[in-house]
Amino acid sequence: MATSKAALLLQARGVTKSFGDLEILKGIDLDVRQGQVVALIGASGSGKTTFLRCINLLEEYERGEIRLDGEQIGYRVESRERRRLSEAQVSAQRARIGMVFQSFNLFPHMSAEQNVMLGLTKVRGKPKVEAQEIARHWLDRVGLADRRDHYPYQLSGGQQQRVAIARAVAMEPRLLLFDEVTSALDPELVAEVLAVMQDLARSGMTMLLVSHEMLFVRQVADHVVFMDGGVVAQAGAPAEVFERPATPRLRQFLGRFHGILTGAG
Amino acid sequence: MLNYNFNWSVIWRNWDAFLDALLLGLGMAVLSLLVGCIIGLLVAYARLAQNRVLQWAAWAYVELIRNTPLLLLVFMCYFGLPELGIRFLDKVESFVLTLSLYAGAYMAEVFRAGLSSIPRQYVEAAKAIGMRPWQRQRWVVLPVMFRITLPSLSNNLISLFKDTSLAAAIAVPELTFTARQVNANTFRVMEAWLTATALYLVTCYAIALALRAVERRYASIR
Amino acid sequence: MERGTFLYEVWVARWSLLSGFGITLSASVLTIAIATLLGLILGIGLTYGWRPLRWLIRIYVDALRGIPVLVLILFAYYGLALFKINVPPFWAGVIALAAFSIAHIAETIRGGIESLPQGQTEAAKAIGLQFHQRLAYVIIPLATRRVLPPWMNTCAEIVKNTTLLSIIGVVEFLLSNQQAIARNYLVLQFYLFAAVVYLLINFTISQLGAKLERRYAHFRY
Repeated sequence: MATSKAALLLQARGVTKSFGDLEILKGIDLDVRQGQVVALIGASGSGKTTFLRCINLLEEYERGEIRLDGEQIGYRVESRERRRLSEAQVSAQRARIGMVFQSFNLFPHMSAEQNVMLGLTKVRGKPKVEAQEIARHWLDRVGLADRRDHYPYQLSGGQQQRVAIARAVAMEPRLLLFDEVTSALDPELVAEVLAVMQDLARSGMTMLLVSHEMLFVRQVADHVVFMDGGVVAQAGAPAEVFERPATPRLRQFLGRFHGILTGAG
Repeated sequence: MLNYNFNWSVIWRNWDAFLDALLLGLGMAVLSLLVGCIIGLLVAYARLAQNRVLQWAAWAYVELIRNTPLLLLVFMCYFGLPELGIRFLDKVESFVLTLSLYAGAYMAEVFRAGLSSIPRQYVEAAKAIGMRPWQRQRWVVLPVMFRITLPSLSNNLISLFKDTSLAAAIAVPELTFTARQVNANTFRVMEAWLTATALYLVTCYAIALALRAVERRYASIR
Repeated sequence: MERGTFLYEVWVARWSLLSGFGITLSASVLTIAIATLLGLILGIGLTYGWRPLRWLIRIYVDALRGIPVLVLILFAYYGLALFKINVPPFWAGVIALAAFSIAHIAETIRGGIESLPQGQTEAAKAIGLQFHQRLAYVIIPLATRRVLPPWMNTCAEIVKNTTLLSIIGVVEFLLSNQQAIARNYLVLQFYLFAAVVYLLINFTISQLGAKLERRYAHFRY
């Protein structure tokens, strides 16, 4: 587990975002240190996913800033005006942040191996042979060595999601984002995906995840952030957040998972 | 090279001819759509019927018409039918017959899709209250299908109106024929064709707007 | 074979019919090639273009779809001659047909791209692909599979529309049959013969389109 002395990797300050009149994020501050696993929890509509998507600029946000390794993501400030970076610059930054989606989003016209190789060859500029080697390594690591030539429609949901994780992690990102990656899966397929994520966490990958798998969050995360109504309502070590909820809202939210969490001890 | 002096007086002098032509085209399109809808409905029911022969005949009709150029159908009807002893059709009637048969094939596909997309529960609910087969069709299936297919109906009317331009090939005095006449008689090429183009565009747009209003009226019922 | 029978007359007219068939084929292929290339460009512009550009293309597409092809063909035929642009009727016809079909293909392409799930673009962004790379490796390959069946329909429409070139005197397949009829008065036989030939071409195209549609039906996103 990463200590609080590890280098600061991601730093978000005062991020606000609205859809029309609806303010989804009302000033989010968040730090993620190198090697940390940070979990965002909260009711649906609390802004977790939106915030996650702001980090690699799938959503634009109005105010605040997000820094990765000290470099501002997505925008530059020029004589007090915020300008969006060019397509090439944004893409280069995105390549340093991996993302795994709820709905897998594998490219349906490519095999598992080709899905993993695409970013390696086209973004990282690796030769095909090397990219293939890396792809095979990661597909092996997520337990799909024998499925590398299969197309997404030939794979189960859990297998597709593991390919998606391999696709993201093969790019050697500084930070991996997981957006409710088990929510679209049949219950019996959830475990295989969580096992892969736990393996990645142990190997020191820095991860920021939005999840409703409270048991998993409690066991794997170093830091838990409870979001409510577009702000961070409470943050701290899992034990602290789960054992000593500071607000009635958090208590109410955790109450829904009561059986699972007490069972975990 | 590109110095052309417009002289629109030719158009004003022939304005009545243009308007008559436009109305003739619209009339032929609407009539063909109506007859086409009747043909299309019968063919659609035939395609969904239990009887294999009926199914096959309906399929053949649709494929034959849709894969043959309309101009060829127009000629077959206009020059071919008299060979078979059918001589009482004039140019306009012959063209409307062709366009109706043509519209029938396209409407058959529209109606078939519409009929198959009606939720079974509607029919079952109608059965449950004791409606007879024809009553179920008349009061449940057809009204629902009408609303589902309304947008394609308006697209088809616009297509048919544009297709009436082919009547020019057998000298029916519709818009295209009239423009060509004015062009040939006065040598005002740009004026004649720009007028025809504008009239077609405005009419297509007006049909689209009018039918969208009708759609909106029925859209609430789903 | 006896003089006056259908087969005999087909044999007599064989070279003219074959040449007509060739003209129909070349007009179709040329129109399809031009319309597909420019339609693809306009379709991408219609989806991703800078706003004023998108409006311009939208006006073009909607206008062209509101004018009968025959009017376009006649306009091109008489209009180009007026400006002393010396093009043979064949090319005037192909230009008009292509201008019309471009609008249809552009609209099909836009629909195909917009029907793709947003997640595909997002996944491509997330691994750091730039706009042109997303287009080349993800959007176009996927949209192609969606657009192929309606594109095949447009191809069949184009083949049928080449008959309109006969009206400006291009001796394509329909006109070559009519010329045969003018000599031998076998009206029904030759029109039926022409219908069967068009039917075979278009039925083949539409069956191919249906086959492609089934082939990509299993795609999950």
